[in-house]
Amino acid sequence: MNINLTLIGQTIAFAIFVWFCVKYVWPPITGAMSARQKKIADGLSAADRASLDLELAQEKATKEMHKAKEEAAALIDQANKRAAQIVEASKADARKEGDKLIEQARAEIQQERVQARDALRAEVAAIAIAGAEKILETSVDAKAHSEMLDKLAAEL
Amino acid sequence: MAADTPVEYIKHHLQNLTYGKLPEGYERADGTVVEEASWTFARTAAEASDMGFMAFHVDTLGWSIVMGILFLGIFRFVASRATSGVPGGLQNAVEISVEFIQGMVRDGFHGRNQLIAPLALTMFVWILLMNSLKLIPVDYIPTIAHAMGLEYFKIVPTTDPNGTFGISIGVFLLILFYSFKVKGPGGFLKELSFTPFNHWALIPFNLVLELLVLFVKPISLALRLFGNMYAGEVVFILIALLPFWVQWTLNVPWAIFHILVILLQAFIFTTLAVVYLSAAHEDH
Repeated sequence: MNINLTLIGQTIAFAIFVWFCVKYVWPPITGAMSARQKKIADGLSAADRASLDLELAQEKATKEMHKAKEEAAALIDQANKRAAQIVEASKADARKEGDKLIEQARAEIQQERVQARDALRAEVAAIAIAGAEKILETSVDAKAHSEMLDKLAAEL
Repeated sequence: MAADTPVEYIKHHLQNLTYGKLPEGYERADGTVVEEASWTFARTAAEASDMGFMAFHVDTLGWSIVMGILFLGIFRFVASRATSGVPGGLQNAVEISVEFIQGMVRDGFHGRNQLIAPLALTMFVWILLMNSLKLIPVDYIPTIAHAMGLEYFKIVPTTDPNGTFGISIGVFLLILFYSFKVKGPGGFLKELSFTPFNHWALIPFNLVLELLVLFVKPISLALRLFGNMYAGEVVFILIALLPFWVQWTLNVPWAIFHILVILLQAFIFTTLAVVYLSAAHEDH
């Protein structure tokens, strides 16, 4: 238990160890530790921001979906209306066309009847003249009597 | 081994391997006379003490340097590959001790000095490693050393007052350095003269008291560590004197208890050194 030069040797060793630790050991370790701390802090704040972003995006998506649904409903409504209109319009057209056809047919029928009556009337007049000729046994001058015959034909 | 009686055995285990200078005309243990002053290994305790101040405890210096290099080697290895990503197991262990020291310095040190935290880390880990050599059974290393021809071998540097005083002197020099640097020579002198009693008539009294306080700091640091480690070592040696088949009943509990003591003494030494250095940085 003698006090001797060991004392000084130990002090020198201590000083060298402290110097080495200060220069080569402490800075890299604490540097890595604070860098990790910063990384973790950044990561946490990024996660916070991301969750906020997600919330906003979800809100936006919900809004968009609602809007799209409304638009689709409006479109369907419009289409239905338009279809009904088209059906109505075509119905009206068809009816009009049908009426026109019927009218035309009636006019034709009328015309044919008139023609037939005229033809009949002429024939009857001719038959009547022939009958009258036979009865009178003379020829009837068609020219002379045409006025009378026409009158007769008009009466028929 | 040169230990036939229990007393001799204990004495033998508490003697450091001393390499020192023997004076001219000194009669050695085997009767030979040193013809001119020369450096040599002491063969007996008496020779070691007769070498006086001009001697080295080779075992103390050797083991404390080995432990210091072990500490710096491991920490430097981790520091050079330190990643700010996910740390491995070794880096984790190192970071835990660094964080522990950072917390200690934050709590105990109130100045601004980049040196204090690494200084505290060095002290803490180095002393812890030196103390932990105590858990190696007391006869292992000395027996190996004896087989290699070395008469004495005491492996725990902190059971040698030279070892503990060497560190506390380093701390004391730093206390003086920062006291002068922060307070200025005048401020330091004023602090020594006017505390605790702020009156000119009490300056001599204050000076005596404060100088005593100043010098007691390194002495208490060194003696506390040395006393605890030395006492524990003596108990281990005493237990080793018992018959081998009962030793474990005392040895094991004492060793387990000493895991705590080893850690605690390293912690106390470091904390007090940090507190003393903090006081040296306070400018009134």
